[in-house]
Order: sequence, then structure tokens, then C-alpha cells
Amino acid sequence: MVDIVFVEPSGNRVAVNINEGWSLMQGATTGGVDGILGECGGSCACATCHCYVDEDRLGELPAAGESELDMLDNVAAERRPNSRLACQIKATAALAGLVVTLPDTQE
Amino acid sequence: MSESAAQPGIVIVGAGQAGLQAAESLRAGGYQGSITLLGDEHHGPYHRPPLSKAWLAGEVEASQLVMRAPELLARKGIDLRTDTRVAAIDRGGRLVQLADGTALPYAGLVIATGATPRLLSLPGADAANVLALRSREDGAAISDAFVHCRAHNRPVVVIGGGFIGLEVAATARKLGLSVTVLEAAPRLLARALTPRLSDWFADLHRGHGVQLVLGARIGHIETEGGYATAVLAADGTRYPAGLVVVGIGVTANDRLARVAGLECDRGIVVDDCARTADPLIAAAGDCTARRLPDGGMLRLESVNNATEQAKSAAAALLGQARAFTGTPWFWSDQFGWKLQMAGLAAGADRVVLRGDMQGASFSLYHFQGDTLRSVDSLNAARDHLTARKLLDAGLSPTPAQAADRAFDLGGLVAKT
Ligand SMILES: Cc1cc2nc3c(=O)[nH]c(=O)nc-3n(C[C@H](O)[C@H](O)[C@H](O)COP(=O)(O)OP(=O)(O)OC[C@H]3O[C@@H](n4cnc5c(N)ncnc54)[C@H](O)[C@@H]3O)c2cc1C
Repeated sequence: MVDIVFVEPSGNRVAVNINEGWSLMQGATTGGVDGILGECGGSCACATCHCYVDEDRLGELPAAGESELDMLDNVAAERRPNSRLACQIKATAALAGLVVTLPDTQE
Repeated sequence: MSESAAQPGIVIVGAGQAGLQAAESLRAGGYQGSITLLGDEHHGPYHRPPLSKAWLAGEVEASQLVMRAPELLARKGIDLRTDTRVAAIDRGGRLVQLADGTALPYAGLVIATGATPRLLSLPGADAANVLALRSREDGAAISDAFVHCRAHNRPVVVIGGGFIGLEVAATARKLGLSVTVLEAAPRLLARALTPRLSDWFADLHRGHGVQLVLGARIGHIETEGGYATAVLAADGTRYPAGLVVVGIGVTANDRLARVAGLECDRGIVVDDCARTADPLIAAAGDCTARRLPDGGMLRLESVNNATEQAKSAAAALLGQARAFTGTPWFWSDQFGWKLQMAGLAAGADRVVLRGDMQGASFSLYHFQGDTLRSVDSLNAARDHLTARKLLDAGLSPTPAQAADRAFDLGGLVAKT
């Protein structure tokens, strides 16, 4: 289990204990976090699980693949250098304590 | 007396993709009254698309399909009631009658009841291992049957070469099962794709060892002790089977609406804003048929359609007209290929290829005259997203620009 801290659009912080191997999108949506949709269920097809990853730890994550980078072009909120799709990030022990901020809007 | 009993709120029938979205959009839109989300399944809202893909392949668990934690729904004041079936809608009395005999009043109603797989009416079609795929339980039954087929070295026969059938076929191959797909039409995915892409999908499946029979005429299903053992074609060919998966389309769940006197035409008829003729009732998702401004009817069965119509339905009950006029999109995953479709090819008379159909990615652009109608992309997410932007903006590249991989189609959008 990996602890990830999600910051909801309201600023509310929610710590979620996510199974290793689950995506951060699955962890957040099943963990009661507001501000993330994941309409397509994790197929990298909808861009409604946009998140901003703690900039200092961005380098610890496996880099975004081509289709994720393409889909990031389509996010509803501002795209930033630390924008990722939460469905494409798998929870691993190395990410423990990661702070993930959700944008104001996903749609 | 509880507040909801004193003050009827909004009732949503069907706790699936559209029902959940409608509930969340109502709250996001500032609705303060009670929201009751009624679903006849044992589970709260879950993702169906993985049921034929990653979930069936054993790559994700059922708990990963859950769309929302119950705590979050509670926090948003969305009262989810599972195992709750609506038996009738009483428009005069403004209440829904539940199967348990109780009734629930409403101030506004969203019907989001989804669709039911069509069944075969053939001798043997009622055998225990002739299965369709819609729900988690359906998925579990197919998954169990896969295990049985593997253990007894029995093939899987898929009847219907539509998206769900082909995804199940691809997943079964991935798991090492032998698979036959029987399609009645002369090509695969005939309703959704143009012939070139149908042929490409046929090659893809054959290349991965699927036995594909086009123009198949099915006679009956051979059974033994209530279990299917083979599918018999009208020409006498016998296809042995340890499992028969039926993927021949769905029927909209519009009965509640029809009985309540709302217009239905292979789905609950709604306008672009998801409104029915009753101002208190909106409908969204697979249960609907949309009447277009030009009078034509459009039925879509997709995540995108369910969520967009649900947003419109929520807006409608809040007194706003929010038209779903965005470009429809869809995706399908088979054998490591992601098909992404933008727009609707209906009426198109010319198709232009960008990329190489033998290569790692390509897109087909469908034009009607000079107007771009739709784009189907294979492992080409960028083409797909650009297509959505072009179609949303009503912009068309020239066919020559579309065919030229060196030409930046996104630049056409940026310029406006
Ligand atoms: C295996 C599979 C794969 C798919 N893959 C894709 C894909 O890759 N891409 C894509 O875009 N779409 C895909 N789809 C389609 C997509 O899942 C549907 O379009 C979407 O779920 C429609 O949402 P909905 O809310 O209209 O219906 P549903 O999600 O079906 O929800 C309707 C709910 O209402 C309930 N209900 C019905 N009647 C009553 C009643 N009287 N009382 C209470 N509850 C009731 C039903 O049991 C159901 O839970 C797939 C579907 C399946 C089955």
C-alpha cells in the first residue's frame, strides 16, 4: 500500500492508501477524492483525470508516454510542466507521500 | 418527517455512467435539493469498458472498476440506493414506484436506464454457456467460462463482429484460447466503420489467430445437458464451442418511459439538450434516441454520449438549455491497438489516409464533399484530438492536407 496525498480543488487534502499497481486515478476515485473523474475508466482516452504532480518529485515518476502527452493537450484546466494523467501513473513504493494536486476543472 | 419526504428532490433512475454524471453535474450546477440515485444492480456505478478489455484479461480487479467511493457520494449529498428497481413512473402523481411497492416523489426526474444486450432467438440460445456482456456478473460468467475453456481445451465462439464481440475475441486470444468470430454481415463493425477499416480489423484478427467467418448464417446451437457444445451454421459447418459469446447489439431500456407515455423510437426520444416532452423529465445515455434539429434520429452508445447527455439532463432540470453539439467520440482497444473515433461518418463520400495502414499508426479522414465528417485513428492520439478540435470548430483541412503527414493539421485550429 502506498500513501498518496491528493489536494482537492477546494484545497482540502485527502491522504489515500493505494494498492501497489493501481493507478493514481483508481486510487483517488475509489478513495473518495473530489475533483477527478476518470470517465474512460483508465484507457487514456478522455483526459478527465488531469493532475499536477509535486514538481520536486516529478523526476521520480516514469516519464509520460506519447499517448499521455498527446491527451494532455486536451485537458480542461491549464496544462503545466507537471501535468500528468493520473490513470497513467501506477502506485509504487517509490512514490510514497507524493502530493498530487487536482485542477479546478476536468470538463 | 425527513426533509426529502417534505420536499421532493431530483430522482435519477439508473446508477450507471449517465446516472452518476447527472447526479454530480446537478451538484456542480448548484442544485441544493435532495438527489436520489436509484440502481437495480448490486453495485454502485462502475466502468463497463474494461469488462471486455483489461478486466477480462485479468489485468485489473473488480474493485478497480468502481467509479466513486461511497463516502464521496455521501459528502456530495447524493443518496445512492443499489438493489433498487424502479417499476413505473407516475407522471401525474410525480412519483416513481419502486419494485418493493414503495414510492418516491420527485420534483425532477432523470431516466438513465442504459441498454440490454439483444439475445439470439435460435434453438440452443438459452444454454447456460451462451452469454452476453453488459454487467460485472456477465463479465464474471464469461471469465469463468474462459477458465473452463482453457482447462478443457475448448474454443470460444463469438457471435457478432461488433466492438464488444471483437474485444472479447481479442482478450480471449491474449489468454491463449482459440477463438472463432461469426459475423452475419460481409464485413466487421459494419455499423461503425467504413469498409477499409473493417478490412484492416479483419486482417488484425486473422493475424492474431482468430478464425473469422464473414457472411455467417447461423442455424442453431448444439447443446448437451443444457450446455452449448457447438454452433451450427446454415451451410452445415460445425464450430465447436466451450463458450458462446453473443455480441449482436443492444436494445435501449425505454420501457418505463414508454409505459409512462413518453415518446420512444428505439430509445427515449430527447432533444439536443436531453429533454423529453415532459419538462420535469430528462433522459441520458444508452436508453435515449436523440432527435436532431434536422429531424433525423441519432442513437449513440458510448461513454462520451452518456456523460455529455447527462450534463445536458442536469442542466435541463436546472432550467438551462445545454446542447450536446460537441463532436462525438469513441474508443476501442484490441490487440494493443487503440482505435479512436471522432465525429460520424454518415454521409461521407470520400476517405483519405494519413500514415500507413501497414505501419504503427494511421488515421482515416472521411469527407462529404469538402467537409470533414469524421476521423478514425489507430494508435494516433494526436490525430484524434486534433480531429475533435477541427470538427468542433467546423474546420476542414483539404483532403491533400489531411493525407500529408508533414502538414500540421493542428495549425488550422490554432489559426482561428
Ligand atoms: C463490455 C463493454 C465495453 C464497452 N466499451 C466501451 C468503450 O470502449 N468505449 C465507449 O465509449 N463505450 C464503451 N461501452 C459502452 C458504455 O459502457 C455505455 O455506453 C455506457 O455505460 C452507457 O451509460 P448509461 O448510464 O447510459 O448506461 P449503463 O452504464 O448501462 O447504466 C444504466 C444502469 O441503469 C440500471 N437500470 C436499468 N433499468 C433500471 C430500473 N428500472 N431501475 C433501476 N435501475 C435500472 C442498469 O442496471 C444500469 O446499472 C462498453 C460497454 C460494454 C458493456
